[in-house]
Amino acid sequence: MSATGRRPPVIRFGHGSRVPGWDDAVDLTKAPATIPDPALTPVPPGLKEQIEASMAKYPDRRSAAIPALHAAQEVYGWCSPEAIDQVASVMQLTPAYLTSVATFYDMFSTVPKPRNDVYVCTNISCSLLGADEFFEAMLAAAEGDLDVNVQQFECLGACDIAPMASVNGEYVGPLEEADAERILEDLRTGGPVLEHKQLRYRRSADPGVAEEETDFGPPDRETTDMADTAGLGPEGESVDRPGPTAAIEMTTAQLEEHPEPEKATDEDTHAAGETHGEVEDEGPGEKEDGE
Amino acid sequence: MKLLLDRIDEPGLNTLAVYERRGGYQSLRKALDMTPEEVLSNIMDAGIRGRGGAGFPMGRKISFLPHGDMDKYLVCNADESEPGTFKDREIMQKNPHMLIEGIVIASYAAGISRTFLYIRGEYAMQADILEAAIAEAVEAGYIGERILGSDHSMSLVLHRGAGAYICGEETGLLDSLEGKRGNPRLKPPFPAIEGLYHGPTLINNVETLATVPAIVRLGGKEYAELGTETSTGTKVVSVSGDVQRPGNYEIDLGIPSRELIYDLAGGPFPGREIKFWFPGGSSSPVLTKDDLDVPYDFDSMAKAGSMLGSGAVIVVDDSHTVLEVALKVAKFYAHESCGKCVPCREGTNWTLKMLQRIESGEATPMDLDIMASVQEQIIGNCLCVLGDAMAMPIGSMVAKFRDELEAEIEAARERAEGAELEDVIPIGVADEHAGPYPVH
Repeated sequence: MSATGRRPPVIRFGHGSRVPGWDDAVDLTKAPATIPDPALTPVPPGLKEQIEASMAKYPDRRSAAIPALHAAQEVYGWCSPEAIDQVASVMQLTPAYLTSVATFYDMFSTVPKPRNDVYVCTNISCSLLGADEFFEAMLAAAEGDLDVNVQQFECLGACDIAPMASVNGEYVGPLEEADAERILEDLRTGGPVLEHKQLRYRRSADPGVAEEETDFGPPDRETTDMADTAGLGPEGESVDRPGPTAAIEMTTAQLEEHPEPEKATDEDTHAAGETHGEVEDEGPGEKEDGE
Repeated sequence: MKLLLDRIDEPGLNTLAVYERRGGYQSLRKALDMTPEEVLSNIMDAGIRGRGGAGFPMGRKISFLPHGDMDKYLVCNADESEPGTFKDREIMQKNPHMLIEGIVIASYAAGISRTFLYIRGEYAMQADILEAAIAEAVEAGYIGERILGSDHSMSLVLHRGAGAYICGEETGLLDSLEGKRGNPRLKPPFPAIEGLYHGPTLINNVETLATVPAIVRLGGKEYAELGTETSTGTKVVSVSGDVQRPGNYEIDLGIPSRELIYDLAGGPFPGREIKFWFPGGSSSPVLTKDDLDVPYDFDSMAKAGSMLGSGAVIVVDDSHTVLEVALKVAKFYAHESCGKCVPCREGTNWTLKMLQRIESGEATPMDLDIMASVQEQIIGNCLCVLGDAMAMPIGSMVAKFRDELEAEIEAARERAEGAELEDVIPIGVADEHAGPYPVH
């Protein structure tokens, strides 16, 4: 948008249209796109079973279109034409129908996209508290990182932790501009993203919610598989799971492991790899401002 | 009184064991001992109004369903995407079994055997938690054939959406659940007559259904004592924006809004003052600081010229301009308009462009009149209320903050002209001998 100053020029096609090919004649020599033949469309076995299981849940198999596209996007990273063909062959629908569904919803991508999604909410509540600035910082931090897709997103339903972002589905907030680097760092190491700011550990704000029995410590870091306090503990463990709202304060040991970004030493930024060039670029710029 | 957020931070409340220890699923047992008509009359007596935005009484909605043996459906609307709203998220994440119990009781009262829970795709953690909870409930026999030895059977399917605001609109949601693009449908026929798969369908918000166990536990008449006469019960209100303690607060409907914003949510940051606030999500007309003493319930909000909507208070303090917020609102609705109805598709788009003109200094005060008239032409002219949802707040901002917007237009114009003059490169003195254009 205009605020970001990155508005790309509008691409125009024939007759000034923004849509390519809308006034082109249909290629009559081409065969019409019909339902792909299951015999000629190999589908990864896991995906096929998943789609069939979804279809079985509904009275009408078409209802499984969204779950099936989710599953295909999980496998291929985006809704590629091959992925859509495969879903179409399993669901016995035309690829055009599935494409129409895939293009309607924001979470499906019909163009290749990076593996990691960082959705930054820039709606009212978040932007009042500085989401636009965080989005800029996140964009700048992730620039050149081919593995991270930073995207503005509409209200994600977590205005209590505004400004917030959803990193691969994990809600984190309230964010400061310095958190952008930390998010990327956590994504690279593959650990939990910005754990002490995750929504799942947040207590209710209502003072009337009695605090009795809620007094338990942060999850034990040593046994990492116990750390998931959202109740989605290891398989087979049903009852003795810690609750969804364990408040996590960073211990001193963790603070040493994950130092605050502004205090980050040069070694840390160099260890992060791709970004050190930008960090150096920013340094002199700030100095000039100071002078 | 806390019904929905009661001890919600208890560890492990999302598991069946803890929920049952706290008396969970007792309301279901009690309901199954009654006849469906008795349960329905309890819900009628409770007078609970829909918590999703429209505020339609739940009991009456159930009573619209035709009787008979046809396939009927219940859909729980968990596509919470109204900006500023996050109450359902907390309920689903921390107390999923309360919602499931409510769905089972409601399906019993309405004689429905197939139920669906449509949750927005972004709520991945909440969907995982609900899926685990549903599996536990099926295992324990609370969902399935002949529940707890009664004649009632039902199934519950969790359906994840994929990111579209319009799927929170009930008919858009039904289309999306049928596997189509989420375009709203023409009403009537209303979903209660012809909804999902052309069958009679009951659609309720998460919070509404999650309240049902409490209604059965207390009894409808007892529940109706809470709140005001026409807005009964408690409501979880999401307060966000420029307040010190944003979050979900469960209140008895009818308390003064000031108490909610200042006492519970901590009021604006030190040194700031409230400029205006949205009482019911970004689609409700804004109220100013003069309206802070309006009781927070359905009818008082309507009387004050706004609406309770989904119960999401967004507070904007005096460090922000009206234009800034209006741009965010317009941009959101222009992006989310599904494009089916022309007034909404074009109206949201042009409103956004007009606001951008103000920002870039190209607007005149007349644009405000045009903008106001565009809003009037959107309202009531579309299949669903998405267009209205933009037209009402923008219209109210233009009406209530016209002076500020006019000043903004002037300031932006001067800024733009200043920038233009700076860009002018002097190319020499104009030819002083050049006379006026020749007149023929």
